[in-house]
Amino acid sequence: MHVTVNGRFQELTEGTSLPAYIKSQGLDPSVIVVEYNFQILPEQGWEKIILQENDNLEILRFVGGG
Amino acid sequence: MSDKLKISNQEFSTRLLIGTGKYACDELIPDILASSGAEIITVALRRVDFEATVDNVMYHIPEGIQLLPNTSGARNAQEAVRIARLARAMGCGNWIKIEVISDNKYLLPDGYETIKATETLAGEGFVVLPYISPDLMVARKLVEAGAAAVMPLGAPIGSNRGLKTRELLKIIIEEIPLPVIVDAGLGRPSHACEAMELGASACLVNTGIASAAHPVNMARAFAQAVAAGRQAFLAGPGASQGTARASSPLTGFLYEENAN
Repeated sequence: MHVTVNGRFQELTEGTSLPAYIKSQGLDPSVIVVEYNFQILPEQGWEKIILQENDNLEILRFVGGG
Repeated sequence: MSDKLKISNQEFSTRLLIGTGKYACDELIPDILASSGAEIITVALRRVDFEATVDNVMYHIPEGIQLLPNTSGARNAQEAVRIARLARAMGCGNWIKIEVISDNKYLLPDGYETIKATETLAGEGFVVLPYISPDLMVARKLVEAGAAAVMPLGAPIGSNRGLKTRELLKIIIEEIPLPVIVDAGLGRPSHACEAMELGASACLVNTGIASAAHPVNMARAFAQAVAAGRQAFLAGPGASQGTARASSPLTGFLYEENAN
């Protein structure tokens, strides 16, 4: 299935959960924030989200800035 | 004497805020924090780069430091609000530095969009510190909109040119009943010192420190300059004048004839 992550198409296996995807990308959930279909996900409660065809994910982190 | 910087309901002992951009490596940040004594630090929010290493700026910012995420990258109020909400969802507090910029040459902020974003975010309980041109009317509207401080620029971001806006900054400092944090363009400790002598509440320095040959030492120099400028402001500098006023007595010279 196709999911858009940070503006790019990604091919993912059906039934991939959001936490599994995050983990597969080597990301530390404590230092990222996720917008799922244009809704900001709270710190907790998104463990159960299963990604669907055409989902849109924005995964962000803090970087150096002034 | 206690001379705390008060922003919203928080108090700080140092009046130098620092940024985290442009360092050769983020491992320097704890040392910069230590040498500057800064208690407030800015960060930016960006998309995760899947090709980059796993390092994260947050691993280098110790507990107890007030995080001030900025909305850099926002070109209008709507984008700034979105970035602010995402930053808050990161779980590091509700402070936000509004930065709305659509001019890529001088990176000058958009006052109108900044006011709109401030109104929305202050209404949502954010502690809002907007980055502005030193425009009195914009600053006044930000006070009404619920800003916690205003951050007028000294010179364009990253230019290291100093207080090019001096006369306008003086007006903001005089008229705005909020902390005035001079942000952007402060390239040398003397620039920051002068801002503080003018009565600014604090200074935010990023490039001035990050672009120095020895950033840790430069951070210390900025902290000392900010503290010195603050003390000078509180001490009340004497008046200046165009002609000389002798510091030594003008009578009793050795060659003067004895009066008797």
